[in-house]
Amino acid sequence: MYLTKEEEKILQGEQGEVVERMFRLIVQLGDIYSADKMIPVGSVQVAGVSYKSIADPGTEYLEDLAAKGAKVKVLTFLNPAGMDLENWEKLKFPKDFADNQLRIMNAFKSMGIVITATCTPYLAGNLPRFREHIAWSESSAISFSNSVIGARTNREGGPSALAAAICGKTPNYGFHLWEKRQPNIKINIDTDLTFDADFGALGYYVGKQIKNKIPYFVGIKNADTDQLKALGAAMAASGAVALYHVEGLTPEADLVKKDNLETITVTKKEVDEAYAKLNTGKEPDIIILGCPHASLREISSVAEKLKGKHLKKPVWVCTSRMMKEAADRMGFTEIIEKAGGQIVADTCMVVSPIEDMGYKTTGVNSGKAANYLPGFCKQNVCFASMNKLLEAAL
Amino acid sequence: MMKGRTISPGKVKGIALVSKDPIGFYGGINIKTGIVIEKGHPLEGKCVKDKILVFPCGKGSTVGSYVIYGLQKNGAAPIGIINKETETIVATGVILAGIPCVDKIDIDQIKDGDTVVLNADNATVEVAK
Repeated sequence: MYLTKEEEKILQGEQGEVVERMFRLIVQLGDIYSADKMIPVGSVQVAGVSYKSIADPGTEYLEDLAAKGAKVKVLTFLNPAGMDLENWEKLKFPKDFADNQLRIMNAFKSMGIVITATCTPYLAGNLPRFREHIAWSESSAISFSNSVIGARTNREGGPSALAAAICGKTPNYGFHLWEKRQPNIKINIDTDLTFDADFGALGYYVGKQIKNKIPYFVGIKNADTDQLKALGAAMAASGAVALYHVEGLTPEADLVKKDNLETITVTKKEVDEAYAKLNTGKEPDIIILGCPHASLREISSVAEKLKGKHLKKPVWVCTSRMMKEAADRMGFTEIIEKAGGQIVADTCMVVSPIEDMGYKTTGVNSGKAANYLPGFCKQNVCFASMNKLLEAAL
Repeated sequence: MMKGRTISPGKVKGIALVSKDPIGFYGGINIKTGIVIEKGHPLEGKCVKDKILVFPCGKGSTVGSYVIYGLQKNGAAPIGIINKETETIVATGVILAGIPCVDKIDIDQIKDGDTVVLNADNATVEVAK
């Protein structure tokens, strides 16, 4: 890979030990994947934030970087933490867990990273533009920024995204290149997608089938950004889909080459099968919505559903602190709390220690959450639309 | 002898643990024990510790790099990794952890339980007879 004189000097330690180490990592990656050069990035999203996810080795790794004076060079946002950073005591998160989580947040803060703690940075103040080069981790946010916005990022691992933030650069390969953004399989949707969970079920099925390919969808008549967020998140969790195109809906769909592609047709049968596969439980102990983090539109529809009602079991709506602020102002939070539910900010059901909080079966409307909860949180899952889950809890 | 591409250098010999399906380290493998916890995965219940882990490609969460690094720190990591296609998340993890790794290998030639010599310094894989 070609390196400029300034970049060569970074490898000789001119900007200090930490920058040298971080730059060495991304140069290594660039060499492996035949990048021609380094390119500047507009922003970074860093995954690997919850103490439950990265445990002691990850925590010590981050604290070491922070202690050595690592600083980010570009706008950098953070993935969800393992708890609500403000209301963790009220929500009964364990104290020892909270202490470790706060160590991680302090390390990130001292590096100049914005303590956002959301998997939907694009709804919370980190919005790239079409064709902007970025270095994001968080599989669902990568999918959204590549596909729905048309920004350009590889599937960065948590540490390679952090290295890109500290260097302000990323190697130029993969999804940064136009020729690598072309679809290599066509998915023909021959069924109606009506409910929020339908998009998660479809995404779960397609991700399993196509692994790391780039799908070109035809036959999705309409979808809003919440539904595309759910579709992309599920494909990135059950497979490694980092970019998808939807005819008529996503910005690069008209521009890419889509002749002579192998085609898979998805009918109601496949979507129903995905529902059946994801449903491993019978009666949820808790319902958790907001994977990826709920938008204000999703929060308002929960509030509308719960207005003046009383819940028989706990309901969490996970979201970013920014969306929660707006929900507070609009009175949505009050409506949901009066019904017995909670808006939980900064975290989600996957990265918080729900299995240690006495829950065994969780109701979700997310294909991504339904994919992770059984293994990682030892939960049985009831997977259904938001409407169905809430109606059963009233 | 098969020739691939070096992702992370080093030389090891060990027993192959082979998965036909992709592996998502985050949510797929217990960081303390190295046991595969993903429900319905072909390797569910098996332990990756001290094995040469063979799988087509990574999948799922981008936190996987930290899980690979954590497995190594906890003494529960595989001693080597062989892929058809290593993606950035696994590559970042093995580089940080210092686990030898090679990709662009026809992994169908490796059977579960084979003794494998992985020389990631010159990107070769040999199944011992």
